[in-house]
Amino acid sequence: MATEKRVVFKSAWLPYALLAPQIAITVIFFFWPAAQAVYYSFLLQDAFGLNTQFVWLRNFTALLSDSYYLASFRTTAFFSAIVAAAGIVVSLALAVMADRVVRGALVYKTLLIWPYAVAPAIAGVFWAFLFAPSVGIVSYALRRAGYDWNWVLNGDQAMFLVVTAAVWKQVSYNFLFFLAGLQSIPKSLIEAAAIDGAGPARRFWTIVFPLLSPTTFFLLVVNIVYAFFDTFGVIDAITQGGPAQSTQILVYKVYYDGVKAADLGGSSAQSVILMFIVISLTVVQFRFVERKVQY
Amino acid sequence: MAKIRLKGVKKSYAKLQVVHGVDVDIADGEFIVIVGPSGCGKSTLLRMIAGLETVTAGEIEIAGRRVNEVEPKDRNIAMVFQNYALYPHMSVFDNMAYGLRIRGLARGEIEERVQRAARILELGEFLKRKPRQLSGGQRQRVAMGRAIVREPAAFLFDEPLSNLDAKLRVQMRLELQKLHRELRTTSIFVTHDQVEAMTLADRMVVMNAGAVEQTGAPLQVYDRPASLFVAGFIGSPSMNLLPGRLSASRETVDAGGGVRVPLPVELRAVAREDVTVGIRPEHLAAGDGPAALRFTVETVEALGADSLVHGMVGGASVVARVEGHVTPRPGEALSFAPLPGKIHFFDSETGRRLG
Amino acid sequence: MVENRPLLTIFSHAMLIAGVAVIAFPLYVTFIASTLTYEQILQVPMPLTPGDQFWSNYGQVLASGSTRGSAAPVGRMMLNSLFMALAIAVGKIAISIISAFAIVYFRFPARNFFFWMIFVTLMLPVEVRIIPTFKVVSDLGMLDSYAGLTLPLIASATATFLFRQFFLTIPDELAEAARIDGAGPLRFFRDVALPLSKTNMAALFVILFIYGWNQYLWPLLITTQESMYTAVIGIKRMIAGGDAATEWNLVMATAMLALLPPAAVVVLMQKWFVKGLVETEK
Repeated sequence: MATEKRVVFKSAWLPYALLAPQIAITVIFFFWPAAQAVYYSFLLQDAFGLNTQFVWLRNFTALLSDSYYLASFRTTAFFSAIVAAAGIVVSLALAVMADRVVRGALVYKTLLIWPYAVAPAIAGVFWAFLFAPSVGIVSYALRRAGYDWNWVLNGDQAMFLVVTAAVWKQVSYNFLFFLAGLQSIPKSLIEAAAIDGAGPARRFWTIVFPLLSPTTFFLLVVNIVYAFFDTFGVIDAITQGGPAQSTQILVYKVYYDGVKAADLGGSSAQSVILMFIVISLTVVQFRFVERKVQY
Repeated sequence: MAKIRLKGVKKSYAKLQVVHGVDVDIADGEFIVIVGPSGCGKSTLLRMIAGLETVTAGEIEIAGRRVNEVEPKDRNIAMVFQNYALYPHMSVFDNMAYGLRIRGLARGEIEERVQRAARILELGEFLKRKPRQLSGGQRQRVAMGRAIVREPAAFLFDEPLSNLDAKLRVQMRLELQKLHRELRTTSIFVTHDQVEAMTLADRMVVMNAGAVEQTGAPLQVYDRPASLFVAGFIGSPSMNLLPGRLSASRETVDAGGGVRVPLPVELRAVAREDVTVGIRPEHLAAGDGPAALRFTVETVEALGADSLVHGMVGGASVVARVEGHVTPRPGEALSFAPLPGKIHFFDSETGRRLG
Repeated sequence: MVENRPLLTIFSHAMLIAGVAVIAFPLYVTFIASTLTYEQILQVPMPLTPGDQFWSNYGQVLASGSTRGSAAPVGRMMLNSLFMALAIAVGKIAISIISAFAIVYFRFPARNFFFWMIFVTLMLPVEVRIIPTFKVVSDLGMLDSYAGLTLPLIASATATFLFRQFFLTIPDELAEAARIDGAGPLRFFRDVALPLSKTNMAALFVILFIYGWNQYLWPLLITTQESMYTAVIGIKRMIAGGDAATEWNLVMATAMLALLPPAAVVVLMQKWFVKGLVETEK
């Protein structure tokens, strides 16, 4: 597809007028705050916000030696890896099944995609309820099976809970993309492999899965970004980062330090670091995914 | 209806010149076909006349007025595109009426013009349909209808028949001829198909690599092609071209395979060393003589009305056209003599016609 | 399906049904809980069949919220959510389509600069600049207002990209024919580009509506009055702390209400929803 049009209209003022609303909002609500975040990250404020000092990179170095921050980093890395992996594996399995069945495909599809409409926070509430230590149904079943379930005290269990809620919500999105990817593989390739003698499992691993790799890679990046940011609602709804910061992912810490603890400099520095991470992820996505997607 | 004039029209994109100095005078009511291979600059030329491309140098006049800087909508021209360019979301009627509505014509006037065009093009029953519900030929007619209702000074056609299948193309050619007879609007028609050019044109402009090779009525161009390019481009199957050398006596041109073609007296002075001889396949008759082409039949294409006999003469492949029920067999040795007065001579180096 | 392997097909169906069941399980439990009384839930395990408190629970939350934690009427919150979602969806589509049109159909100085400016916003979700954006909005006096809720979320590069992509596929000849017909740029936009964009607009609307409705962090920050809460954050505020003290039956009723509109949009407009998802991620 061409990136330039051969035909253009001539006007001295119209394009600017058309662009104005979006540019205006982008400048006011995006660039200006982003610039401020960078600016604040170089400042140190005292407890009352009266005295501000320009401290350059001190906030950053403080962060990088703060054990809580590093722990948050580890937590986030672990969290996003699990969420992305689990989300992709489960949805891929479901998509492969859905692609195989002829009857009821549309019904399954409808029944599997509606969680996309659920806000992460609400997904969190659902699973918080199911696993609520005292009133939750699943907690009850676990206790009956002899397992001592109390995520309020146990950090690992809390992590399990938020991962489950996050994956539950994301499966539908991944499922849709995998299904679309599967359906874009020409049937003739599969049929040729079958004639060559390959069974379903071999066909999947040697033909389908490699051809699906652009989609898989794309979803990997999307899921990681999702786990980094969109899961804020899940965390806030269930654990609020606890118990003892065991589920405090980076974006939650930005919020907590900025709003609850009123540490403007530290929170801004964290924001800046997060910005770098996202930009790198986006660049990776554009460079590698876009390139691979062109067959 | 207008006279269109192109004076020294040139077009360059940055450093690349794609149209080199074109001069054409188009009379009122004339049907001009600009024909040439892909990339020869014919579409660019048409788009400059339309105002969709800027003119790098030279002048374009429509009805005596210089229009180089005039916007397309003010040039009083209408264009028919190769892929129809119909507005997909509008009905046939709205497609044709769009330009008129923008110009602020009265409802009644618009209705009348669209209905008239629909009658001429037999689109009456399709007026309420959308383009995607029509066949290729019908869409092309709607595109023409859109041009007709504008009652412009000139029609510009940009390879309008190229997207149609062979049979439809033949049919549409006849309809275009009929249309032109009825409306008598000045028309400029661009195509790469020399059959379309021959059948539709009052005059042809043959272009190659951005320059005009020859301008003239179809039969003129056919009878006296001005260059090797035109000779090979016009006429199907193509003219047989045999590279040769002027004999020492300057009386004959000796081509490969023992072919010795007598050179007309008036050309003997101007001819240079390397002369290419041209003979059309339809101007070869079974026979012998010093100028005859003798070869072994390689393949025969039996078309029913004619047969085309292929062979090699001195390294050049040649084709002879014979009557349909004459079907030589591959391997036969045949001899064809050119009809007198139908032999063409070209300077091999410049490509230009001798005489 | 290439060969006939009934066992594999049965297995596929079984897996799919299991998948659907697991996906649907939380929803089912939530629904049940929303029809029970508070005491019935406290009594572990809660019943797995619907109770009789449907009208009472839903009626109560819609009108007056829960009695512990937040007491905002959910009806009001749903209205806020609806307004926010609609404003964001419509707003994004409107400003993006004209920006995309400007970028594709005109050549002007700084065009690339503006294009990259918009592109950059793709890279930074609102969560990353949350505190300074809050400051800006607060400085502009837009806290607790609809403008504050919606404006910062309207700058979207994805919609602009989608429309740009689409406009690039409109054949050049269409614009040329319109030019010859006498149409200027605005006319062309109104008569040709806009009508042709209808399916894309529908697809985007679905995605953006859901995006707007499900916003969490941003409304959380900038709304302090209960009357401005949206449905999604209202639920969070109802969970008072300590799961025994929370009125789960009412919370679940609210959750059901909060997810109904986006779910309805996804299911009823499934075709556009799928198209929107696939197109915006290219």
